[in-house]
Formats: sequence, structure tokens, C-alpha cells
Amino acid sequence: MHLILFFLFAGFCLAGAINLLLQSHPINSALSLIVVMTSLAVLYLLLGAEFLAAAQIIVYAGAIMVLFTFVVMLLNAGREERTMGSRTWRAVGFPAVVVLFAVLATVILNTRQMGVAALSDGITTVDDLSRMLFHELLLPFEVTSVLILIAILGAVALARHGHGEPDGESNPNRSRERTVGK
Amino acid sequence: MSSLVSQEVPLIFYLLLSAALFALGIVGFLIKRNLITVFMSIELMLNAVNLSFVTFAHQWHQVRGQIFVFFVMMVAAAEAAVGLAIIIAVFRARATLAVDRIDLMKL
Repeated sequence: MHLILFFLFAGFCLAGAINLLLQSHPINSALSLIVVMTSLAVLYLLLGAEFLAAAQIIVYAGAIMVLFTFVVMLLNAGREERTMGSRTWRAVGFPAVVVLFAVLATVILNTRQMGVAALSDGITTVDDLSRMLFHELLLPFEVTSVLILIAILGAVALARHGHGEPDGESNPNRSRERTVGK
Repeated sequence: MSSLVSQEVPLIFYLLLSAALFALGIVGFLIKRNLITVFMSIELMLNAVNLSFVTFAHQWHQVRGQIFVFFVMMVAAAEAAVGLAIIIAVFRARATLAVDRIDLMKL
């Protein structure tokens, strides 16, 4: 059962990731990224991390991807064009990535100590997780909340209307946007 | 073949999947020309690293590995909010999302 579930959802993961690369429209890429993240949640559950599986669906597949699709629709992002720059990078980048993956795979396959995962391994409960989080790692947790507060303020300041517009030459969209905004 | 009978998955498979997802994320970062899709590839790489964190947490029976993934998720949420705000600001300034056209800092 574990093996079937692993190969099924690992296949979903890889198919979604490859589809993300092949699609030319950003909204299709966003939807395939949701497939990847949901399959990863199932894999976390297979590894006994039930809280992380829930958090993966709520935070990643929920919040972050809603933000992505929202921005794609807000900016009305069309299909991307292929340019010469990307072709040269393809020639340089693909061999580099293949070499990187080969090195990683060699290192992983040469490891001797890695164990196995079975469905009977038991689950890391939220109890264990929160005991560690709120006793020993309380300070990093609180610092992260400050970080998120700063991120909210930064996002609001950056995306506010009138920010980031050029001083010099105007583009046709800008004047229209200003009048619509007022 | 013995793993087929005993219904156990070697953790090496999870690590290989993680490496493959990371490599696909790099490929996406290199070949995609849309700013939003490039950002999605970065999220894919973050997820690949998270998977290997969870795998090692399972291997060594350590809860800290899972908590690290939790922190990575929180930082990724903050990063997505700020990054997408930057993308909106860039789109307002340049009226394009193609990374080739956003070349103000190029020499």
C-alpha cells in the first residue's frame, strides 16, 4: 500500500513539475504547482508528518497559490514569448542541471545508512511538535511572527498605488491607470 | 524487489524525488521567461528541500527537522507576499513581465 501510494503521488509530483515547465501560460503553471504541493502533502503524511501535511495544504496549496493566481489574473499575464536569451541559457543551463542532478543522485545512492519508511512507523503528533516548538524553540517562533509582520508591511508599502513608477519617460498604460485610480 | 513484498519504501526514493524536483525547479528558473513563473520555480525548489528535510526527520526520528520545515513554510509565505508585491510594482513601472525586458540594471 505504501509503495503504491508513494509511486502514485511521486508520479503526480514529477508530472506536475514537468507540466509547470512545459506550459506557456502562467495560470496553467500555477495550477500544476498546486498539484505538486498537494501530492507533496500526501508524501509528508506517508512519512508520518501529519501536521506538516495539513500545513502544506493550508499554507502552500491554499494561501500562497491563491496569492499567485490572484497576481496572475490581476496583471493579466499572457503567454510568454521565447527569446534568444533563453536559448543561450538553455544551452548552458541544461548540462549544468544534469550534472548537478547526477552528482546529487550519486551521493544519495551511495548512502548506506538510510532506512525504510512503512505505514506502521507511527505518526509525529502535534503534541510532540508543539512541545518542542513552544519549549525549546520559542524565541525563533516569536521572531518569525515579527518577520511576517514586517513582510505584511513591506508588501503593502510596495504594492501601494503610485509606488515604483518611473520618473522619466511615460508609458501609455500609466496615465490611464492614474485616471482610473482617481 | 524485496521492498515490493515487504511494502516498505526506502527513504532513498524520497531523497531522489526531492533531488529531481529541485533539478526541475532549476530548469524552470533558467528557461521560463515570465517573472511569475520564475518565482513559481523558486517555490518548487523550496518544496523539494522541504521534502528532504521531512525524510531526514523520519530517518533520525527527530522532531526538529519537521519544525525546520514549518519555519521554511512561514518564511516562504512572507517571501511570496513581498515577492509578488515587488512583481506588481515592476509591472506598474515597466508594463511587462518578461524578464528580458526588465534590464534596467544591465551594463
